[in-house]
Amino acid sequence: MSSHRCWVYGDNVNTDVIFPGKYTYTLKTPEEIAAHALEDLDISFAANVRRGDVIVAGQNWGCGSSREQGVTAPKYAGVDIIIAASFSRIYFRNCINQGVLPIVCPGLNALVQTGDSIEIDIPNGQIRAAGRTFTFPRLSPSVQAILDAGGLVPMLQHRFAGESHP
Amino acid sequence: MSGKTFAEKALARAAGVSEASAGDILDVRPDMIFSHDNSAAIRHIFEKIGAKNIARPDRVAITLDHAVPAPTTQHAQNHAEIREWVKEQGIGHFFEVGRGICHQVISEEALILPGEVILGADSHSTHFGWLGAFGAGVGRTEMAALWATGELWLRVPEAMRVTLTGRLQLGVTAKDISLRILGDMGVEGGLYRSVEFAGDTLSTLSLDERPVLPNVMAEFGAKNAYMPPDDVVFNYLEAHRTRDYTPLYPDPDAHYAIDYALDVSQLEPQIALPHQPDNVVRLSDAIGEPVQQAFIGTCTNGRLEDLQAAADVLRGHQVACRLVVIPASSQVLLEATRSGIIETLLMAGATIATPGCGPCMGNHMGIPAPNEATISSANRNFKGRMGTPEAPVYLASPYVVAASAICGAIADPREFLS
Repeated sequence: MSSHRCWVYGDNVNTDVIFPGKYTYTLKTPEEIAAHALEDLDISFAANVRRGDVIVAGQNWGCGSSREQGVTAPKYAGVDIIIAASFSRIYFRNCINQGVLPIVCPGLNALVQTGDSIEIDIPNGQIRAAGRTFTFPRLSPSVQAILDAGGLVPMLQHRFAGESHP
Repeated sequence: MSGKTFAEKALARAAGVSEASAGDILDVRPDMIFSHDNSAAIRHIFEKIGAKNIARPDRVAITLDHAVPAPTTQHAQNHAEIREWVKEQGIGHFFEVGRGICHQVISEEALILPGEVILGADSHSTHFGWLGAFGAGVGRTEMAALWATGELWLRVPEAMRVTLTGRLQLGVTAKDISLRILGDMGVEGGLYRSVEFAGDTLSTLSLDERPVLPNVMAEFGAKNAYMPPDDVVFNYLEAHRTRDYTPLYPDPDAHYAIDYALDVSQLEPQIALPHQPDNVVRLSDAIGEPVQQAFIGTCTNGRLEDLQAAADVLRGHQVACRLVVIPASSQVLLEATRSGIIETLLMAGATIATPGCGPCMGNHMGIPAPNEATISSANRNFKGRMGTPEAPVYLASPYVVAASAICGAIADPREFLS
């Protein structure tokens, strides 16, 4: 069980407002990318987010462009868990591949506000917030394995290290 | 037991298994994979993984299209790293600055065929449904993994059937159909789904018009989209293809989670208002809204027929606001030049730019100033999409964009078509 401060958003938030397209080929370091996280959605986010904070959103979080900075920008800013009523499919995959836990939990964003604290119990798939307990589904084993490895890059590093040194 | 959807059949084939059902997770070996200006970033991820060589370089395509010709030194450096990588890895299909937009170029070159699977590091990879292929977008890290291993896990999606009936009226296009679908069902309406088109309208759509439907389904949350390929597609491919193929069709008793039907014969032109592609109204409800810029181009609507539509509207008129026209490929630009379309556009006051994505995602070549409204033939109008959150973007067909350019305000193209 761990405690997290929330940043709460609505439905259909797209990756253009999470990380504007004009930066995608020019900003490269984690610090530069983090500084523009959620720039056109919530200008206060990048300046005030703290490590361990979580995003709590409505349906179809991360729709639009496939740009991976949609996940890495909040990640580099300190967010390791994103909770949404549903995720856009590429965004969901980008989360797994970057080692960010996507939690599908409909209804939560209507009950909490930015700044509220919630409790997350990952092993038991539970969230406690606003006096209620929510349960969230487990990931399939093959997908969980990528997350457990810390993301797709560490997982493949292990595989390719094994191939070159049998 | 019910029959199989297109997605179930295509992913089973690409995974080398006899059959698959929605919900199954498969290791899929795509027939083609592609990326664009993001390839330098993908190269860095690939190197970090520790892989040495791309697994199947003959099945890799890279197109420089998102910021071409390079607008800044940083973009130029990005392109230079990609060219070096293409040479080093012997990548099979590389398309230089000016050749066009990845989805259009790969279609023109017939690098993907009916019944095949293509994965691209671009959200509009749903585009290839127009050929009866399974096209889906992936992130940069997954493209690096695909380069390294040639495989990727995919969950077989549930499917939705979109049945279109009737024939479109003059001045109404596949763009208007796709906007109407978004307006009716919302940007989350096709989330995670294989959107499989059916109905008698499909065979009435020209080659240039067909890609619009699956392309825009990216804005619908779709994993992929599909149109049943017919002789129009087969004849087109015959002149270009370099390998054999076997098309796939859904079974008549396939299970669809949702059925949506639209009679297009009474459809009017549609328009998406700022700032979301599903904020769709009938064009007649938006007439007269002032615009300072009009943009015709992109993977959605930058083909020859789109430029022809604009020319049909603009012939004999002068634009009252800036009109930027960017053909989707060098082939489109060449044909539009030969046929006199470019001359008509220039005479009307348009400016023509290098084939590529142009200002669609705010990189260059037509970024609006704050508080300037743009009407665009693209697929996305999210806040800040074209470079600044204060610039509203409207989405419509090339006909509507051209008519609006003449009026400096949103206008009905049917007044300019005989």
